[in-house]
Amino acid sequence: MNQSARREDIPGWLTHIVVPGFNLLLAFVLSGILIAVIGENPFRALSLLIKGAFIYGDSLGFTLYYTTNFMFTGLAVSIAFHCGLFNIGGEGQAYVSGLGVALVGLYLGHLPVLIVIPLGIMAAALFGGIWGVIPGYLQAKRGSHVVITTIMFNFIAAALMTYLLVEVLIKPGQQSPESREFAPNIWLPYAHDVMNWFGINMLSTPLNLSFIFAIIVSVLTWGLIWHTRWGYEMRTVGQNPTAAVYAGISTSRNIILAMFLSGAVAGGVGINEIMGIHHRLLLDFTSGFGFVGIAVALMGRNHPFGIFLAALLFGVLFQGGTELSFDMPKVNRDMVVVIQGLVILFSGAMESVFRPHIIRLFVRTRTAIAAPAE
Amino acid sequence: MLEFLSLFVLIIDATLRVSTPLILAALAGLFAERSGVFDIALEGKMLGGAFAAGAVAAATGSAWLGLGAAVLASVALAMVHAYACVTHQGNQIISGMAMNILIAGLAPTLGLAWFSLGGQTPALGDGARFRPITLPFADALADVPILGEIYSEIISGHNIFVYITLAAVPITAWFLYRSRFGLRLRAVGENPEAVDTAGINVYWMRYQALIVTGILCGVAGAYLSTGQNAAFIRNMTAGQGFIALAALIFGKWRPVPTMLACFMFAFADAVQARLQGVDLPIVGVIPVQFVDALPFVLTVVVLAGFIGKSVAPKSGGIPYVKER
Repeated sequence: MNQSARREDIPGWLTHIVVPGFNLLLAFVLSGILIAVIGENPFRALSLLIKGAFIYGDSLGFTLYYTTNFMFTGLAVSIAFHCGLFNIGGEGQAYVSGLGVALVGLYLGHLPVLIVIPLGIMAAALFGGIWGVIPGYLQAKRGSHVVITTIMFNFIAAALMTYLLVEVLIKPGQQSPESREFAPNIWLPYAHDVMNWFGINMLSTPLNLSFIFAIIVSVLTWGLIWHTRWGYEMRTVGQNPTAAVYAGISTSRNIILAMFLSGAVAGGVGINEIMGIHHRLLLDFTSGFGFVGIAVALMGRNHPFGIFLAALLFGVLFQGGTELSFDMPKVNRDMVVVIQGLVILFSGAMESVFRPHIIRLFVRTRTAIAAPAE
Repeated sequence: MLEFLSLFVLIIDATLRVSTPLILAALAGLFAERSGVFDIALEGKMLGGAFAAGAVAAATGSAWLGLGAAVLASVALAMVHAYACVTHQGNQIISGMAMNILIAGLAPTLGLAWFSLGGQTPALGDGARFRPITLPFADALADVPILGEIYSEIISGHNIFVYITLAAVPITAWFLYRSRFGLRLRAVGENPEAVDTAGINVYWMRYQALIVTGILCGVAGAYLSTGQNAAFIRNMTAGQGFIALAALIFGKWRPVPTMLACFMFAFADAVQARLQGVDLPIVGVIPVQFVDALPFVLTVVVLAGFIGKSVAPKSGGIPYVKER
């Protein structure tokens, strides 16, 4: 190993593409083995999955609708990650953001479209941000571990939202805990509506304007992290808090800022689900999307473009997995959760297990090829 | 007066039943975290254990084989965690998260494939589950006022798990504070470099701690599916692994205070179940969700140091890299 332990000898594509690709492949191979174990054909499952996600008439719209949610939650995890924080609270932050949208929708829904839609978006970001910034503040000022507090805040959010929906916001005279429907002014236009304006016929899907908004947020996040002073400070705190202090950068201010932004971006789920699709507040509308964000951020290596690709992959898995269960009743949404867990395990926790082996193999191959020439 | 006594007996009885899996899981977390390894996958290991116990007990008709399977499954998960985080210095939080999510999907997937009951395991007959144990003279003494009732209702008539759990707390405390293993365990969580210098293998200590964590979580899971209930049900842990984690923090990583925290959370739950919809003087009706959120709110308050300060073992979450 001593012939080339130096890092500059190892090309970037090896550590940035081959190693993560290998880890991802491993997660999928194991999932395939599991499908075989429960008595289905993994290759047939794969082809059904891809058909279910892209080919059938309305499937692409559904895939991109899921992608939208995962872009928001993945970006949220990545922003905190750049500041050295692990925000597991995306689920709770997204859930509470729905409350912000609902308050605007229920009480200000009669305002003109051009006022109420930005107001709804801001409310989602604000409520999600507040649910993120409390753990951020406690980490920065009181030293409470942000991982533990964000886990706790997920449960507190669940209890709070159930209470509000069951006791306060429920539509009178109704059994199921849902609010009344908002006035249509705050409804985001669906993709099929927009397409119809241009005379293009598209099947109706849940895909709505939030997808465009998610792309804008991706670009803004990229700009913030790599091209502003704020982003620079956050990354410095994330990589070396001691150095940051010596450079005159306030760690606590950046931790608080990063957690607010992280929660605010997670609030995009509230925009997509509540403003875009349901048009009323309901229980558990986040259905685990916040946790998928962890896998998405790890797979996307905390870069907005990588996160887009990872979010798309999980969009395919969610939509394709739903379609798959019609043909293979044993393979349903739970299988997608398994894949999600394996991706987090191999791309995250076991990230470095195979790296030395792959690099050693590469070095040995290169030496073997170079040797006859010498 | 007698009515009050029977209400009291019912609530204490429920508290013991509810707190059992919490205490087992919290002690599991205590071993891991005292050795310097964060484990947020108590939930996942319990769920994996509950599924293994439910599945094997249903297939073999033996509750004890189910318990064995639960322990094996949970220890296996703990060993994956150890391999990723102790041997390969992976991120302990990410590994724990992966485990929770993996099991949340894997248990119902396998359950559906093997039993075709929508992810559950079949209902267990009496032989395949752990039944309440009636202590000697409990029936004879039941008619004795107050003391007899307390003995026959509160002390007797529980599952074997309840008694094991109550014994596990002093045993854990003894191990932690009085045995050589406990001393090394605490040291390895506070200052692994010093332990290494003393010639003790840090990695092996942490592996041992995680084996204990796995065993305890497995037992907790088996209690859920073959003791408290008669089948594995999808997501049957319902956050109890995280409540246990909260109790561990609330108890400042010490066995007896952790047990008391579990009792407190379980007691609040039992009172809430009894008082559902009852209009109390002054406070009015207590919402269910208030009690649901209580463990988590209290833990945040304690973590923030507003009431006392809960400080984690110093090397918790930091992988140990042996110098060469």
